Amino acid sequence: MRTRRPAVLVATVAAALMLTGCSGVGGADVPSPSRSQDALKGTVTVLAAASLAQVYGQLATEFEKLHPKVTITQSFGGSSALATQIVQGAPADLFATANEVTMKPVTDAGLTDQTPIVYATNVLTLIVPPSNPAKVTTVGDLANPAVKVALCDKAVPCGSAAVTLLAAEHLRVTPVTLEQDVTAVLTKVELDEVDAGLVYVTDATTAGNKVTQIAIPDAANVINRYPIALLKNSSNKAAARAFEQFILSTTGLAALKRAGFGTP
Amino acid sequence: MIAWLAIALLVLPLLGILLSAPWPQLPGLLLAPETLQALGLSLGTGAISTLLCLILGVPLAVIMARSVAWSVLPRRLLRAAVTIPLVLPPVVGGLALLLLLGRSGILGRYLAQLGITLPFTTGAVVIAQTFVAMPFLVFAVEGALRGADRRVELAAASLGASPFRVFRTVTIPLVAPGIAAGAVLCFARALGEFGATITFAGSYPGITRTLPIASYLASQTNLNQSIALALVLLAVSVVVLLSLRDRWLPGVRG
Repeated sequence: MRTRRPAVLVATVAAALMLTGCSGVGGADVPSPSRSQDALKGTVTVLAAASLAQVYGQLATEFEKLHPKVTITQSFGGSSALATQIVQGAPADLFATANEVTMKPVTDAGLTDQTPIVYATNVLTLIVPPSNPAKVTTVGDLANPAVKVALCDKAVPCGSAAVTLLAAEHLRVTPVTLEQDVTAVLTKVELDEVDAGLVYVTDATTAGNKVTQIAIPDAANVINRYPIALLKNSSNKAAARAFEQFILSTTGLAALKRAGFGTP
Repeated sequence: MIAWLAIALLVLPLLGILLSAPWPQLPGLLLAPETLQALGLSLGTGAISTLLCLILGVPLAVIMARSVAWSVLPRRLLRAAVTIPLVLPPVVGGLALLLLLGRSGILGRYLAQLGITLPFTTGAVVIAQTFVAMPFLVFAVEGALRGADRRVELAAASLGASPFRVFRTVTIPLVAPGIAAGAVLCFARALGEFGATITFAGSYPGITRTLPIASYLASQTNLNQSIALALVLLAVSVVVLLSLRDRWLPGVRG
């Protein structure tokens, strides 16, 4: 559908370049809501990793205040599921995953409009329900068969990170469930249905006092690097690029930092 | 014309699966231990769920069929209660089950004191499937009961048969086709159950990871594997539904 409108695409790309001042992406300046950017309008569809839901939600609201004619529509889920959707032709403008592996199928299919930019990192943390029913104190306790553990399935980034972490610690863990995304693990701990789970430190931060966090020593931890990329089939590249710039701006990076993300 | 459009909408997506199936690699994918494990789990839990639906659902259908004599409000409430699993998003159903039967759930905490925890067990898969599949059985049996000739039951009663004997020897044989149809639909629905299962029972190979969940997870990394699993589900459903004689299907009189 989109390929039938090359003229429109060229025009929007040109507009995008003009609006962003041809900037190399990844810059740290705050994009001031200059008059020229008020020309931005339409909908920007963002597909992003479940762990980004909170921050991207906030940033979208702020962005829409700066550019009232733009509506940001976001869909959050497991990075690999989203990647599959894009490869299968889901219409989207921006794609942000929770690691580089899950971004790869999309870049391999030639569907990104730029080299993905890594702008944030995330590490795993151990969470337990506030009552800590199984008296978990370290990652080592996860190997205890009496402790009910929820992990992400290894198909999604939080799961592959968990596998790497547990292997590095030489722990044999038999979880009761392997969830389809990180939010599902968080929910199971919040509801007190499992004794412990491995989630991103950012999810634990978001959950506040609904879960108790037990930090994992840095040396042992796995660092997930978060890439974002504009998509080739975007039908609103000007606004999409502007929102990407906003995420990569000092405002965006500060919000990410508050949520617990690290810098690459 | 419009009917053909409807058929196209129903059938073409399935054709899509068949056309994009990785036929050469299929035997390998189908005989993979994970596939067989998920298939075995799905068939086993589906069968138990169907049995549970029969045991619990037939008496409920009898009450539903008799509820015509009730006043409007209780009758509608009962009907709504039975219909809800049909229209509720299964994930919400799963969450509801977790809040009720989870180890800190309303009933679940007492079960936990007795040493019984349901979430993340195969039992939880069966409960989730029974929850979503029950309406299919109840409505099929209720329809059959309403269509049945009540005079036969009255005749049996007038000849001195107890209510239970009437139910067992007259009513049940009378509506047997309806029960069979309901059971088959129930089984097919249980096989396809995804949302309530993954929410309430979780996903672990061999214990709670049924075919639909395995297919969904595979779709994230290995689309061919996912399509292979989907084909198994499709094949089982088609076989099950074709095994029905026409007159057992809802809406068909023959």
